[in-house]
Amino acid sequence: MADLRRTVAIVGVAESDEIGRVEKSNLQLHAEAAYNALEDAGLTMKDVNGLMTAGTSTINLGEYLGVQPMFTDTTAVGGSSFIIHIAHAMAAINAGYCDTILVTHGEAGRSARSRPGANASDPGPQYEIPYGFIGAPINYAMAARRYMHIYGDDYTRQGMAEVAVATRKWANLNPKAYMQGQEMSFDDYHDSRWISWPFHLFDCCLVTDAGGAYVVTTAERARNLPKKPVYVLGAGEGHDHGILSQMPDLTRTWARNSGPAAMKMAGVTHNDIDLAMIYDSFTYTVLATLESLGFCGPGEAPDFVKDQRTAPGGNFAMNTSGGGLSYTHSGMYGMFLVLEAVRQLRGETGERQIDNPKLSLVHGTGGSLSSTGTVILGVD
Amino acid sequence: MTSDYKKPIPVPQFESDHYWQKAKEKELWLRKCNACSKVYFYPRDISPCCFSRDTTWVQASGKATLFTYGIVQRAPHPGFVPDVPFVTAMVELEEGPIMATNIVMDDPTPEKLQVGMALEVVFEDITDTIALPKFKPA
Ligand SMILES: [Zn+2]
Repeated sequence: MADLRRTVAIVGVAESDEIGRVEKSNLQLHAEAAYNALEDAGLTMKDVNGLMTAGTSTINLGEYLGVQPMFTDTTAVGGSSFIIHIAHAMAAINAGYCDTILVTHGEAGRSARSRPGANASDPGPQYEIPYGFIGAPINYAMAARRYMHIYGDDYTRQGMAEVAVATRKWANLNPKAYMQGQEMSFDDYHDSRWISWPFHLFDCCLVTDAGGAYVVTTAERARNLPKKPVYVLGAGEGHDHGILSQMPDLTRTWARNSGPAAMKMAGVTHNDIDLAMIYDSFTYTVLATLESLGFCGPGEAPDFVKDQRTAPGGNFAMNTSGGGLSYTHSGMYGMFLVLEAVRQLRGETGERQIDNPKLSLVHGTGGSLSSTGTVILGVD
Repeated sequence: MTSDYKKPIPVPQFESDHYWQKAKEKELWLRKCNACSKVYFYPRDISPCCFSRDTTWVQASGKATLFTYGIVQRAPHPGFVPDVPFVTAMVELEEGPIMATNIVMDDPTPEKLQVGMALEVVFEDITDTIALPKFKPA
């Protein structure tokens, strides 16, 4: 594969005007985020000649935004999509299809609860949904139960609690976080109601309305724009199943492949990473992902995160926005991982800013632990 | 088996008609790949293990062990409201594959559900043409 390191950069990032409980249509959330991200980049819609999204078609989105792209990509593999889009944007720009790509997301996850109807010929509607395998909490809970069976109930539970509490502490430092101002103790975690055993409410991500967008362009152009370029250094992606019952190993995700691929391309190792942005649809997702990425070995994640190691002041900065658990989670949360990584690398995150980060690993997980995308982002 | 069944109902597809017809007769049938002898779930004419067309239907024993489970406390769909708490599970069939199902049990608790416990298939009639294979402690 050609060496595409540092050939493109993310030059603009933004949420929609508000996130949380917004009551706007999905497309308006896309549009607001697009407007704000272009403004952040110092670009206009006239500069955009590539358009990407997931969960809706770019023909509707392009029309709504008034853009006529010469490159389009709607790779939709759940919450990891917007991580994977970074790599696809890098490939498209290097192949010469276009030079400036707008990637948008908008989902009224809270206000518009209805989901598109399932396709009856897909496996889920025949073999899982009739049994109540509906929605991520129920599916992921079963994966977590398997992990607990292998590595121990109390040990796993403590790891899940550490992640929930640490992530909330970061949210308390983020003015945009849904859970801003609401602290969580370990007792609060353990006392929160059951959703699907073994998941408490506080093992589960939020359900919010939110839009997000980022702009990718050539490194050359990025150097002439107002904000510090955040270069794409490495990327990996893929998936190994669709429905949960087909997952080869409920304790290992495709991060085992996409993580090493991204780090190899970037020429970095785990110890080089200053900020880990790890998709936290559930506390368990983080444990399984840290292991699959190789930050620790199988069964070691609860130890890895213990004593609030990932909280503000800890020595492993992770999910500094407050994550899907406590900042925002509209449905396909991957977009928001990118926004936080870029802002941290630019030094724009105020009270929660970590000390001079140079490298961030950004990792999305989608479907029923099905798909993953990993990117390494860096600044000079 | 009534018209007021409010939960999602599977729509058999061409490659799964046999599976659902046999389920209605209280039998569990699976597909087997003759290229490697693996029995797989869910039914597909061309096997996912070898991508072979040399496949056949085999009847399962109906015996399984509990691979993992969750106890659903908040109904994910209006049809499941009367059922909570109920058990979603993945079971490992004697023939090898893992399938999604429910464990039929009153007042489920983690204490009553041990990973590895022996199970056997039961069939719940939900419409005139569809029965869902579920499992109960053997
Ligand atoms: Zn085979």
